[in-house]
Amino acid sequence: MNHLLRSYAPISDEGWSELDREVHERLLPGLAGRRLVDFSGPSGWEHSAVDLGRVTDIDAPAAGLQAAQRRVLPLVELRAGFTVSRAELRDLDRGAVDLDFSSVDSAAKRTAEAENSAVFHGWKSAGIVGIADGCPKLTAGTAFADFPKHVAKAVETLLSAGVSGPYGLALGPDGYTGVVETTEHGGLIVFDHLREILGGPIVWAPGVKGAVVLSLRGGDFLFESGEDLSVGYQHHDAENVDLYIEESFTFRVATPEAAVALNI
Amino acid sequence: MAQSAGLHEPESRLNAETIDNHRALASIQEELEAVDWYAQRVDATTDPDLAAVLAHNRDEEKEHMAMTLEWLRRRDPMLDQHLRTYLFTSGSILELEHEEESGGASSASDSSGSLGIGSLKGSGR
Repeated sequence: MNHLLRSYAPISDEGWSELDREVHERLLPGLAGRRLVDFSGPSGWEHSAVDLGRVTDIDAPAAGLQAAQRRVLPLVELRAGFTVSRAELRDLDRGAVDLDFSSVDSAAKRTAEAENSAVFHGWKSAGIVGIADGCPKLTAGTAFADFPKHVAKAVETLLSAGVSGPYGLALGPDGYTGVVETTEHGGLIVFDHLREILGGPIVWAPGVKGAVVLSLRGGDFLFESGEDLSVGYQHHDAENVDLYIEESFTFRVATPEAAVALNI
Repeated sequence: MAQSAGLHEPESRLNAETIDNHRALASIQEELEAVDWYAQRVDATTDPDLAAVLAHNRDEEKEHMAMTLEWLRRRDPMLDQHLRTYLFTSGSILELEHEEESGGASSASDSSGSLGIGSLKGSGR
């Protein structure tokens, strides 16, 4: 048994299988960052920090000495709790399929949004700088029929900076809906036109403000996973079982100019 | 040529990650096949100098296999989990499997708890 303490939960094998499947299914659509950036790991729960290869000068202990301290980027632990009714779990063991896992949905959404937000907009207290924090920015607005022009301009900006493709597009929920619903003059579907311009995926990205065009060539954006997304046990009483979704990670931008943020 | 050198499904229906994984898996198969061939030739030759060269080459193939396996491990959480369970251990390997699958109150509750999501790059819409 590891630190997730799953064996202490009053949940059957079938129950765990179904819960893991539910959490997996509900997390997957929202995990936009992982569809667009490099992923390293998982390196395990014990993995605490990433080497940055840099040092900070510090006071030497005595005259005639120089001292420096290695710099690292610590991983953050992210946890989203949820509660499952024990009556629902008993029904699951009886074969019920119409189970109420609404709190699983909410925890999965919070987790995916937080992960995407860290990747694209940073997380100051965690020392994470996001993709959109340091990259060039363009204004696109909400006239989605014109969106391909702005994305083409973003791609041109990347090419001018020597950043090759293919390129991907992370779109916040409002922008994604706007793009999917819109056709250009002449009937061309904006979504299809964007895919031709980018050469890569258009990703629904909850937690992202506006949109970000980024290169998928690799080596520019690195998600460092310690413990990958997992489900653990908190406690239980006669009515409910409290569980959580947990991961440890950090994120680094190696090439800020390999992305362009679009304000919508 | 290794038996897995070709794709088994139309390329148009495979995502880029699956094709890259196929390249790595086929490479591992080829490296291991070469280890087997070299080992047999080392046994068979009567020339000690040739045997030494072939043994050297055989061991280099093992290094190539290990490097490619590590590439795969970094991208495949489930492979990573299995390698962490079985590699660099001692004692009965079957006992390790038993502990992994049924050592506690339930098999699920003794699993790592990881959802095995890992990288989704290449699976975008």
